[in-house]
Amino acid sequence: MIEFRSVTKQFPDGTVAVENFSFAMPAHKATVLVGSSGCGKTTILRMINRMVEPTSGQILIDGVDVATRNKVELRRSIGYVLQAAGLLPHRRVIDNIATVPLLKGVPKAQAREAALDLLDKVGLDRSLARRYPAQLSGGQQQRVGVARALASDPNILLMDEPFGAVDPIVRADLQIELNRLQRELGKTIVFVTHDIDEAFTLADQVVIFRRGGVIAQAGTPAEILANPADQFVETFIGADKGRRTLHLQSRPGDRAILVVDGDGRPAGVLADQAGSQARNDSAS
Amino acid sequence: MDFLVSALEYIVDPASWAAGATSPLPLGDRLREHLLYTAIAVPVAALIALPLGFYIGHTGRGREFVIAFTGAMRALPALGILFFITMVAGYRLSFLVAATVGSLIALTILAVPSILAGAYAGLESVDRQTIDAARANGMTEWQILVGVEIPLALPLIVGGVRSAVLQVIATATIASYVGLGGLGRIITSGIGLNNFTVILAGALLVTALALAVDGLFAIVQKLTATNLTTGRRADRKTRRDQSSGLDAAVADATSR
Repeated sequence: MIEFRSVTKQFPDGTVAVENFSFAMPAHKATVLVGSSGCGKTTILRMINRMVEPTSGQILIDGVDVATRNKVELRRSIGYVLQAAGLLPHRRVIDNIATVPLLKGVPKAQAREAALDLLDKVGLDRSLARRYPAQLSGGQQQRVGVARALASDPNILLMDEPFGAVDPIVRADLQIELNRLQRELGKTIVFVTHDIDEAFTLADQVVIFRRGGVIAQAGTPAEILANPADQFVETFIGADKGRRTLHLQSRPGDRAILVVDGDGRPAGVLADQAGSQARNDSAS
Repeated sequence: MDFLVSALEYIVDPASWAAGATSPLPLGDRLREHLLYTAIAVPVAALIALPLGFYIGHTGRGREFVIAFTGAMRALPALGILFFITMVAGYRLSFLVAATVGSLIALTILAVPSILAGAYAGLESVDRQTIDAARANGMTEWQILVGVEIPLALPLIVGGVRSAVLQVIATATIASYVGLGGLGRIITSGIGLNNFTVILAGALLVTALALAVDGLFAIVQKLTATNLTTGRRADRKTRRDQSSGLDAAVADATSR
């Protein structure tokens, strides 16, 4: 569990990014921090592995204050994935993945062997191992970034808008892949995004921020959708524009019942007995 | 034209290279001395400038100071420093030692600014996000410097050394003003003898040497250059990797 105790961060220029933030992120769950740019969510994330030091307050991982731990050791024990992957451009994919194990002194052959397994795990072909990062597509680079973060088998995975720089189709792929990995691995994930749909797709727990690291609402996606705390949250999740309000629409002659949003645009079809019955009837 | 032809004849004449030929000959000895001065002054300058440049490039501290300082150093006339140090050192040391020390210090001071600029500009050119990621992965500051920043900055670092070497070779001719050797000796004795052929021969040799060494560095720089669009070193092995199979070609095409 990652626990924030009245954490405040004021940057040298006087900007208060986070003020008196207290929150607990449960172990083996994905907590998604979501908010618009400059709301302090990335600062909160980066304080976990001491890339940013809080001005006051404490951050505890499983009851141990991170400030008491060696920075380098701490960072090696936490996986970190950032936007545009941040791979080392002069090292091959396989060596990028093996970065942390090699730093920890794992023998090279063993680290590379493990790196190949990780390529499989994140759904990349082993033939990519000898490429350089710039020879991969954006989506492939992100997968390598995830593989690198997993290489030392950390309990915690920090992800800072990792899918922000790839196109929507690849992003959807990566989200599905991350959900699959999470079911398999059960890491404590802290994920930062400004995309509320991404947050609802990935999160066990969503935290919506106002400016200054103030929590507008925290809860499961279902809780937030069912009971938005206030006007701000409603606007943020798109409930006020009717984007989240879905209706059923059945027209004579249609094989399935449509689900449409507030504007009447189809969002999907209803998968129920009646729908599949109708399909079977017309198929026979 | 006659000058040029006779100067070239002077250079290629075997008698000019024969051992025991009268001063300023043989040319081989002068060439060796010239290279020796360069080979001492540039490494000493690198020893001073590289650590300083790495420190400034890595921490971002002291940048303004160094820009101003190297600018001032560039404005110092090498010949002035040479005479000054030779005279001051001449009070305590024998003339030959004082002249040698003076020449080497003057040439070292000449080489420092370029190497320093190459080192810190090289480190500054490295993508901040790459460094941030390296740090977040648990690299120590030293590991970031040695494993990430220097390899990625290498072409610019070599570029700084390259221009320093070029400047030192061109300027090392001044050592002859305080009675030392080097290719400058040929030029000064040409002036003394009022022999334009010899002056031109000396100048041509300095130019040829500078171009040859610069060409050598151009090759080194090319070898160290990480192709930033594809992130691979321009070695033949990767090029072979890359041309193997359609898959690689596609990936390469999309990365451009």
